[in-house]
Parts: sequence; C-alpha cells; structure tokens
Amino acid sequence: MVTQTQFQAGLLDPTQPAPDGLINPNGDQATKRYDVYRNNVAVSLSDALEAAFPVIRKLVGDQFFRAMAGVYLRKHPPTTPMMMFYGQAMPQFLRRFEPAKSLPYLPDIARVELAMRQSYHAADATPINATILAEMAPDTLISAKLKLAPATVVLQSDYPIYSIFIANTVDGAPPAKMEPENMLITRPNFDPAPHLISNAAAHCITSLQNGDSLGVAMSTSGPDLDLGATLGLLLGQSAICEI
Amino acid sequence: MSKVSNTLILASAVATAMAGLATTASAAGDEKCYGISLAGENGCAAGPGTSCAGTSTVDYQGNAWSLVPAGTCETTMIEAMGDSPERKGSLTALERDIPA
Amino acid sequence: MFDAPPSSNLPPRAGVGYKPQHYMAITQDAGPLGWLEIHAENYMGHGGRPIAQLRHLSERFPISVHGVGLSIGGEGPLDPDHLSRLKHLVDWLNPASFSEHLAWSTHDSHFLNDLLPLPYTAKTVDRVSAHIDQVQNHLGRQMLLENPSSYLAFKDSDMSETDFLREVVGKTGCGLLLDVNNVFVSATNLQTSPQDYIDSFPLDAVGEMHLGGHDEDEDEAGAPLLIDSHGKAVVDPVWALLDYTLAKSGPKPLLIEWDNDVPDWDVLLDEITRADAALALV
Repeated sequence: MVTQTQFQAGLLDPTQPAPDGLINPNGDQATKRYDVYRNNVAVSLSDALEAAFPVIRKLVGDQFFRAMAGVYLRKHPPTTPMMMFYGQAMPQFLRRFEPAKSLPYLPDIARVELAMRQSYHAADATPINATILAEMAPDTLISAKLKLAPATVVLQSDYPIYSIFIANTVDGAPPAKMEPENMLITRPNFDPAPHLISNAAAHCITSLQNGDSLGVAMSTSGPDLDLGATLGLLLGQSAICEI
Repeated sequence: MSKVSNTLILASAVATAMAGLATTASAAGDEKCYGISLAGENGCAAGPGTSCAGTSTVDYQGNAWSLVPAGTCETTMIEAMGDSPERKGSLTALERDIPA
Repeated sequence: MFDAPPSSNLPPRAGVGYKPQHYMAITQDAGPLGWLEIHAENYMGHGGRPIAQLRHLSERFPISVHGVGLSIGGEGPLDPDHLSRLKHLVDWLNPASFSEHLAWSTHDSHFLNDLLPLPYTAKTVDRVSAHIDQVQNHLGRQMLLENPSSYLAFKDSDMSETDFLREVVGKTGCGLLLDVNNVFVSATNLQTSPQDYIDSFPLDAVGEMHLGGHDEDEDEAGAPLLIDSHGKAVVDPVWALLDYTLAKSGPKPLLIEWDNDVPDWDVLLDEITRADAALALV
C-alpha cells in the first residue's frame, strides 16, 4: 500500500525514486507518470511565488527567481490551501539565502509585496466623514483615538523600499537613492496605494494603530512630524474609519 | 510641549489636512493594483506535463548553485550599497532571529 | 448519510469558471452564460475587490462554489480551520452548489497545491465517506464530488472508479460532479474505454458536468499521456463524449474550465456557446 507519506516524500524531493505500487497501464512501475505530480506541485507553487513577488523577480531576474523558488517551495511548502497568502516566510528566507546576499534590501522588498497583498485582501471599512474631525473641539480632539482601516500598513526599513518598489512597478519612475525609507500602504477603494512617509509620520501612524490618542501620537513622534500632512494623507486615503 | 500648544498644533493640523483634502482625493481616482488581483489564485488545473521543473533542483548548499541575481537592480540603484546603515528597530531586526 | 434534499440549484445551462480579468466583459456581454463557478479558496480573504466582485456577480448569476483545497481524500483529519472558512463563505454567499474533488492535497499540514490520487479500496471508500459526512454536516448542505484525472494506477486498487463513486454516493448521500474531460484524460492514460466509464457511471447522482482542455505528452514507453491543463479549448473527441453522456443523462449544468493561459472573453464565449448548443440538442 502506497501511503500518502510515501507519495508526498518524492513530490518535494527529486532525489527520491517514485514510490512502489504505482503502475503504468502495461503494469510497469510508474516513474514518468509520477513526475506529472512532481511537476504540478513544483510548477504551481513556483508560479504562485512569481505572481506574488513580481518586484523581487524583476530585481533578481527570471532565471534566478525560478531557481530560488525551487529552493523556497521545498523549504517552505504552503501551510494553508489559500495560495493568495503563500510566501509569508519569504523575508526571513531571503535574509539567509546566500546567493542573494548581494542585494541586502530584498527581504524588505518581500515585506512590501506581502503587505500589498495583505492590504488587498484586508477587511472593508467605511471611512469617517472628514468634517467630523474639523468640527471637534480641540480638547476632545487631543484625547480622541482614531481607528484606522484594516488595509492600512506601515513599513519601516533601513533601505529605500518605497523607491525600489516604485522604480520597478511604475514606468519612468526615477531610480532609487540608497537611504532608509518608510512606507504607508492605504486602500482608498480596492487598490492598495503605496506612499513614502517620514520617520515621524511612520511613528505617529503606528502609534495611532496601537490605540494611542492623537495627543500621545503627536507628542511622541518628534519635532519633525508634519501632523497636517499626515492627517491629510490618512483622511484623503479613506484610512480613518472611526474616531 | 504644553497641552495648550499641543491643542493649537492639532487644531491647525486638522485645518491643514482639511484644506489639502480636495487634491488628495482627486489623486485617489488614479487606480493601480500592481497585478495583485491575479497573485496566488487557487486552481484545479494540472501543470505542464512531465517537463523537468519538478524533477530537478539546484542545491545551493551543495555548491551546485552558480546563479547570481541578474535583474533590474543595476539600473534602479544610483548609489552602490555600502555598509548597512545603523539598524533602527526596523522590520529587518524583528525577524532576524527567526530561522529561515 | 446526508438525507436533506439535493441542494444543487444550478440551471441546466452553460457556465464558466470565473476569472477576475473578465469581470467587465461578463457584466457587458454574458451571451448565453447561465451561471458562474468560483474556486472557494480565492474568496477566503477578509474583504476587498474579490469579495465585492463576487457579491455583485451573485446578484446576477447563480454561483457554484468549487473547492480545490479541502483534501477530502487525505489520510489525516480535515483541517477544521479550512472547514470554518468554507462554512463562512457558503453561509454568506448561499451558492447554488458546492463541490470538491476526489483527491488529497494536504498531508502533515503541508498543502501541495495539486489534486493527488487515491487507491480505490473499501478502506478508501470509508475514509472519503467519513470526510464527506463531516463536510455535509458542517455546511448543512449536500456536496458534489468530482471524478479525478488519472495519470497512473495503484497496484492496490481492487475496485473501479465508478464503483467507488457509487459506493460513496450510497454511503453519504452526496451528489457527483462528472468531469467529461477527466473521463477522456483518464481513459486515454489508463487505456480503457471512456464510453464504458460513462455507461457504468451513476448518472442519476450528477448535479453538474465539467469540460476543459488538456495537453498531450507521452510516458517512457511512448504511450499517450494526457495532462488536465485547462489551458486550451475543449477538443472534438471530448465534445463527442459529452454528447454521448448527455444523451443518457439529460441536460445538466455544464461548465467550461479554462485556468491556464486564460484567453480573452470572446474565446470563452465561443466555448460557452458551443456548450449551450450541445445542451440544446438533448
């Protein structure tokens, strides 16, 4: 009896022979026919990674990406049947993947691509009417807590994650400059939108996400915070859904 | 910073945010989904037959790996990567100790 | 045993596997399209465009939910989290039909993203039936089970696929999804007769049929090896096998599946129109 443990072992390990007990129509041991399943697994998971990490693929090239995907999928096969979330371990995988060490920003770009998908599939939220904020008394405002839309994500990095992402997704975008960048992802309707934000804005928005009041978020984010611009961005992107 | 000045800053920030809203809102109509809608779709189709993708692998730990990244990085970087900038509690630090 | 009345309410018309890139085209020119099928796993996110599109389409078309990741043939228990996600989807969408595959895809908590084969034995009948009971009880509705595409056989199998399916239907009260392309692919690969397969298939239990394209390859002995790739138009011998089947079964909801190298809507519309014509002949 071929167990599923035996059937599975060879699927992800090309050095193993096809399990005994699988046969061709002529009764011979099946080998090439078992390879159909090996291919389905390897190709479908590689395709899923390719669709999920288009910027990483651009940065390393097709040949490198396919070979790397072959290593990744054997080390980190999916743990749920939802392929739209496959690739969660890509940042830490890339951090330890020696052949990619010449591009130290790759793990953070993988974080950006994961965050864009997370935002795309995040729960819907109805934005507040911006005038509510304008009509609040200053004292109430300072102790108010904002609930941000679930599709809102803040990413901080030692690398120019926003500029690299844009340079590889938008035609004619300027090349990136090697400096740390922070990124905000919002989803005003159905499309995640990336924004470059300052350190202070990243701190402020993260603080709001953690449930701090507006007063606390602004006073702990440092003198560089442009609160008007930060609130304007959140409001304009329909990212505030409760106050 | 005193509570009074914080209140003033906040009130003026809200005014600035409101004044800027019209321009931000119109830019939001510029839709762009970066191909995400098609990423990672489940399906029930089989792959491409008996080609070699499932039966060959490159073992980078066994020194069989000879590929180097050959993508767009040369054209997107105007400055070569020097020493890593000082870490500042970023997402890289968060995951540093998770085994790959 | 699930003894509630069958809950496949799909019309006996042509349907198509929904792809997001066809959203606008479908809302503008649906042609003779009678219903849509979605893959359950693609609508298990929390919100956003996929859910919004599905909600909108479900106001206009009957929807069939087709699972690809439940691993009903798995040796291990069904994943309770996945079963919950499926229940959530089926509860809010209230689809016309729910179907899954006679296959396994998860083992030792690894999801392999492929429909893997089973030996046909009494032991497998019991395991598959227990899982179907669990699914039907959890969802509170009947499900349809789809016949697989086979590339090889198990030495241990001691019953035919059609006998296997008949026993599972008898034990669980589930319905069947008859994939006519899979019948053709399996019969070619295992060198059996597709007409004999149809003759012995419990057609009364069929709540839906599938049609799709396949690729051609060969094994190491040079024997034909067809691959269920869903990346091409349905071939003429499969259309002929469909006519043979429909003449025995009467009209059934008939789905065009095209999952790889997805073409423009016009091309799918041609396939839908041909399926519609095949139904009109019955």
